[in-house]
Amino acid sequence: MTQFDSMGAIATADDSKDAVIVAQDVEKWYSNKFHVLQGVSLTVHRGEVVVVMGPSGSGKSTFIRTFNALEPYQKGSIEIDGIKLTPNMKNVEAVRREVGMVFQQFNLFPHLTVLQNVMLAPVEVRGWKKEQAKQVAGELLERVGILNQANKFPGQLSGGQQQRVAIARALAMQPKVMLFDEPTSALDPEMVSEVLDVMRTLAQSGMTMVCVTHEVGFARQVADRIVFMADGLIVEEGTPQEFFGNPKHDRTKQFLAQILH
Amino acid sequence: MDYTMQFSVVWNNVGLFIQGVFLTLQLALTSIAFGLVLGVLGALGRTSGNKILNAIAVAYVEFIRNTPFLIQLFFFFFGLPGIGLRLTPWQASVLALAINFGAYSTEIIRAGIEGIGKGQIEAGMALGLSKLKVFRHVVLMPALGNIYPSLVSQIVIAILFTSVVSQISAEELTFVGNFLQSRTFRSFEIYLTIAFLYLGIVWFVKFLAFLIQQKFFSFMQYIR
Ligand SMILES: Nc1ncnc2c1ncn2[C@@H]1O[C@H](COP(=O)(O)OP(=O)(O)OP(=O)(O)O)[C@@H](O)[C@H]1O
Ligand SMILES: [Mg+2]
Repeated sequence: MTQFDSMGAIATADDSKDAVIVAQDVEKWYSNKFHVLQGVSLTVHRGEVVVVMGPSGSGKSTFIRTFNALEPYQKGSIEIDGIKLTPNMKNVEAVRREVGMVFQQFNLFPHLTVLQNVMLAPVEVRGWKKEQAKQVAGELLERVGILNQANKFPGQLSGGQQQRVAIARALAMQPKVMLFDEPTSALDPEMVSEVLDVMRTLAQSGMTMVCVTHEVGFARQVADRIVFMADGLIVEEGTPQEFFGNPKHDRTKQFLAQILH
Repeated sequence: MDYTMQFSVVWNNVGLFIQGVFLTLQLALTSIAFGLVLGVLGALGRTSGNKILNAIAVAYVEFIRNTPFLIQLFFFFFGLPGIGLRLTPWQASVLALAINFGAYSTEIIRAGIEGIGKGQIEAGMALGLSKLKVFRHVVLMPALGNIYPSLVSQIVIAILFTSVVSQISAEELTFVGNFLQSRTFRSFEIYLTIAFLYLGIVWFVKFLAFLIQQKFFSFMQYIR
């Protein structure tokens, strides 16, 4: 059927409505001074694709990085697939296992081959046998179209190829949700589409996704919902049609005027 | 210039020279191995973010790098018996050399760890790797790759430093030279030969280092 269904990403009819991420009134200060998140709430349901947009510095990265505890927060609550992510929780690894993340700068491990990059976490975190991990890694690399580069080092690949490997690496953990933080912003223009194509296919397979991106075409086509952040708050949210066709707030109109030229 | 070369002193004692070479290699390898462990521990202390561990590591590095090695060596050999700890020349030498190498490699390894991109560490954490596994699988090899050339230079320096331990009569290559010199007074031939033997040892180690680089650090050439 779809490309990623063996990855457990397909939602069944029953639980298709339950929430994978529930963030409520999340507040965060940097060094006790800068109020970067000023009470942000977001619920992401299973199989949903949410695109987060907003001007630079509005707190988009900071917000999604609280979902896997890369950023601590001070007030509010976050629940990931039923696990409470308390501000000073001990076992963050248990949550991180279930949350895949793709970074702007790829962040592949330079000393491991492409295949080893994808195999590392399943073996070291999930405790899979090498053979099993290798097989799954091979399947994922084939799906993102990089299998023929499996034994190269990341540094030998183009940016677009590296980002596709990074997606495969995150998927290898069979996460419940995937976070993307501007995955195409560091790419040469001609490589953007190969990465967006992979993300689109992933979305179609039913993966729950939260994507910070300014790719309007992708947002229109793939997003179930668009969330607009400014100054540490969610200013507006809606379907792509509502958001692009009939924005309500001045901040949103301003922003759209800029990115739509 | 009425000094006549007589390299027969070398030929006649080939066995001793060879023994000296092996003792020096053994001394260098042992102390460098222990020293590397100290260096990794020191670097972890320096980068741990723990104030006490950091202070201990800083004190260690400062003290060792700013005092003469010969004094460190004398302290371990002649000083420690004062508190009832009597070491053989060999033990005192390994101890002094390891502690000395550990201090220099602490700073080198620390620089390597700090050179690792924050992004890769975050990627490791985001995958659910524990702190220890992030260090082991994400930080260690690229850090070693970054510092490999400086570490090899430091190892060469450490090998040459081993000759100093002849001062407490630890048996190694320079000791062999001193011994033969005192018997034959053929200083020129003996020390020239010894110098070439050290050169040979260093070249051999550098060749090994090259092979190791080819095997484990070939990824470095692709890092931009
Ligand atoms: N470690 C930090 N210490 C202090 N301030 C920070 C830190 N990290 C980020 N900030 C500030 O927090 C604000 C929000 O940053 P964040 O990276 O979340 O924004 P963003 O919406 O992702 O922006 P961009 O589109 O540029 O990626 C910015 O003003 C930034 O300067
Ligand atoms: Mg950002």
